[in-house]
Amino acid sequence: MGLRVNLWLGGVLFVAVVIAGVFAPWLAHTDPVLDANLMNAELPPGEEFWFGTDAQGRDIYSRVLYGARISLTVGIVSQLINTVIGVALGVSAGYWGGWWDDFVNGLTNMMLAIPSLIFALAIMAILSPGITSLLIALGLTNWSYTCRLSRASTLSLKSQGYVQAAKILGYGDARIMFTQILPNILGPIIVIGTLGMGGAVLAEAALSFLGLGIRPPYPSWGSMLSDARDQITTAPWISIFPGLAIFITVLALNLLGDGLRDILDPQSKARTA
Amino acid sequence: MSGESLLEVENLGIDLKVEDRRYPAVKEVSFAIRRGETYGLVGESGCGKSITALALIGLLRPPLYIGGGTIRFKGQEIQAARAGVIRRLRGNSISMIFQEPMTALNPLSPVGRQIAEMFVLHKGATWKEAEKHAIEALAKVRVPAPDRRVKDYPHQLSGGMRQRVMIAIALACGPDLLLADEPTTALDVTVQAEILELIRDLSADIGTAVLMISHDLGLIANMCGRVGVMYAGRLVEERAADEIFRAPSHPYTAGLVASLPLLGARARHGRQRLQEIEGVVPAVTDFPTGCRFNPRCAARTDICIAEDPPETSLPQGGRVRCHHHA
Amino acid sequence: MLSYIIRRLLQTIPILLAVALLIFVMFSVIPGTFASSMGDDGRGLLDAEVIERMNREFGLDDPVHIRFAKYVWQLVQFDLGHSFRSRQPVSQVIYERMWPSLQLSFAAMLFAIVVGVPLGFVAAMKPGSIIDMGSMVLAVSGLSLPKFWLGLLLMYLFALHLGWLPSFGYGDGGLRHLILPAVALGVSPLALLARTTRAAVLDIMNADFVRTARSKGMSEARVIRWHLTRNAMVIVLTTVGLQFGSVIGQAVVVEKLFAWPGLGSLLVDSVSLRDIPVVQGCILAIVLFFLVVNLLVDVLCAIIDPRIKYT
Repeated sequence: MGLRVNLWLGGVLFVAVVIAGVFAPWLAHTDPVLDANLMNAELPPGEEFWFGTDAQGRDIYSRVLYGARISLTVGIVSQLINTVIGVALGVSAGYWGGWWDDFVNGLTNMMLAIPSLIFALAIMAILSPGITSLLIALGLTNWSYTCRLSRASTLSLKSQGYVQAAKILGYGDARIMFTQILPNILGPIIVIGTLGMGGAVLAEAALSFLGLGIRPPYPSWGSMLSDARDQITTAPWISIFPGLAIFITVLALNLLGDGLRDILDPQSKARTA
Repeated sequence: MSGESLLEVENLGIDLKVEDRRYPAVKEVSFAIRRGETYGLVGESGCGKSITALALIGLLRPPLYIGGGTIRFKGQEIQAARAGVIRRLRGNSISMIFQEPMTALNPLSPVGRQIAEMFVLHKGATWKEAEKHAIEALAKVRVPAPDRRVKDYPHQLSGGMRQRVMIAIALACGPDLLLADEPTTALDVTVQAEILELIRDLSADIGTAVLMISHDLGLIANMCGRVGVMYAGRLVEERAADEIFRAPSHPYTAGLVASLPLLGARARHGRQRLQEIEGVVPAVTDFPTGCRFNPRCAARTDICIAEDPPETSLPQGGRVRCHHHA
Repeated sequence: MLSYIIRRLLQTIPILLAVALLIFVMFSVIPGTFASSMGDDGRGLLDAEVIERMNREFGLDDPVHIRFAKYVWQLVQFDLGHSFRSRQPVSQVIYERMWPSLQLSFAAMLFAIVVGVPLGFVAAMKPGSIIDMGSMVLAVSGLSLPKFWLGLLLMYLFALHLGWLPSFGYGDGGLRHLILPAVALGVSPLALLARTTRAAVLDIMNADFVRTARSKGMSEARVIRWHLTRNAMVIVLTTVGLQFGSVIGQAVVVEKLFAWPGLGSLLVDSVSLRDIPVVQGCILAIVLFFLVVNLLVDVLCAIIDPRIKYT
């Protein structure tokens, strides 16, 4: 019972966040960037401004809704990049072995030695700030675990009968990798991908919070929290809602990932239930 | 039978609890083991023989529970006794060895220490004294260079060696009853005979009764005086070992005996198909009505589907549970 | 054991070198992007003189392999160059900021272990109970919390509203200033440790060798003491080692939030200011720290679990 709760709750929350993002233009009350009226600065939550206003007089509620677009986009796209890199490197390394395997292993070891946020910071140091750079930075820093997993699965699948059979039948390497190996590792990959999206949302928020990700005036939840810090004594409510939004989004992805794991990857050592 | 018997099991039932429903995985199993006797329990995987043994030593864990019946050990009822009572019997009076020696031993502890634990736990020995006893125990199970082996970790030993360690542990305190759950199934064929011989010799030395569990009818017939055959959680036949081959009474037992490939059969009779029993063992949640074997039985009639066969004593000795026994 | 340690050390060195190479490659791309991004910031620092200075500092006119060789040679001598901004030797800057970071990371990890492991243990001992469900719900929430948000909330509640603790800064290096940042940083490793411990304990308590131990007549208390603890410790330690990397990474954000004078906030500031030598130095120092911690954890595991030495 407890297991399927994960899936449902996570799913519902995630859909809610997606709806908030997709329908932001209709659900929001104001334009998140342009509607800034200093006369309305730092108003507490009330009838007109459901979540209150920030130091620039912008409606926090609308900004939170639009912020969902940014977080979801970055989360999904960067994790997609990570997954593609990880699977490509991992499966090919496991399948071909030899020097390529050694190289990928070395690369993975190196990546694992650098905390991912630090590496993302380093990349942002050489790229100009903006959403593309952010996607590149986050997309390049979180593939190691997927790579390890893909490689290990490929190695164990390689010796299975049907892969050998495919080889004997004359299937090309690429065909084998795509049709025989990939479908079998899909389950764990999806689980890690979902959980990784949660991590990516957190990472984007962190980088924006530090001023190195999405910059004001664009409504990234992270940068909203960074602004909030300055206002914490005068307008503490500014800190609550963007952070709550991040929390709910990441919680949704985590629950979804856990729930998917129970279905797709019941043998996983990483299971917690 | 009481008075003489070491262990008396009467109508033992074991339930499997699945989502609030209780399924009788083992139903009304009765047998007795005398002091020093070697009794065999044979049946296919999933017939309930292992969990019966676990019930005897009080090691059933959820979702399995004792569902009824009595277990009397040395005259004392233990099936519903408090945890402390049973715990005192374990290791001391009733011991168990398991099928997988690799996973049955703590990987992080030297084997000598795992044997020595028995003496510290039950004989009040100090660790120093216990270590010495452990070396003696290893020698008794015929492990070469026991004084060096004592310091080894389980992963450094072969499967056969580990099983010897398990036997040393189980027999360390001279228990009255040894439960041996498929002790050789996971071992190489060459080692199997040695281990079985070891169990036989040592238990004879100490006077330990042995409940030998296996799916291998031949092994059981060799080692045991009396044999109980289990199917789908029921004890369907109990006979003397030599008789069960010659004249099995229950159709299932007959099927088991017939399915054994005979050495030289091909030379004598020409090519034949291996005999098999049609069908598969039913799942615990899906037992048929009446006799649990009826779907696979060639001798099935209406009464077999309607009524659970009662236990009957055979005139030639032994018991059987069948409407149409031989 | 000694051979295992040496083997692990030898494995670490190429990784460190590879990281150094990576950083070198990344930041030697700077000159081109430097000019444009500096302009973007509106900082009028960049002009021909600065580029000239960088050329001298980095020897940007030399061929690549020579530059890398020089770079490694300098590294080995702990010469990390000089900060663009303050002209101080980078190694000195790092040295000054090292200790607060170490303090924070260790304090956060300690907090996570001391609270998380017992929580996971208790949850495993009573599976399906309220405590179990409750702690797992807390755990998944803890993993989803953005640390800087938690930090902000804690800051507001305990420092500004209740006034019990200072709201930011290092202060005199005492405990009072350490508490809020350490808690904010430690909550998610705590959550993960609780989950991992719970899973490990459940696995072990249902393992075959524990069944053997019970069949020997051991009481549950003894089983826990003699068999569970060591076996679970290996898993817990391994998780701690892995989590340290994430703690060190996330510390960057917590340090910035609480104005904690560590390597993390230094890194962030330097990235904003494009102070490349300091960025390089910080990353190397952080990676070195992480590798050393991993090595220590592995050695500890090898002491507890004799099977590890042979892999």
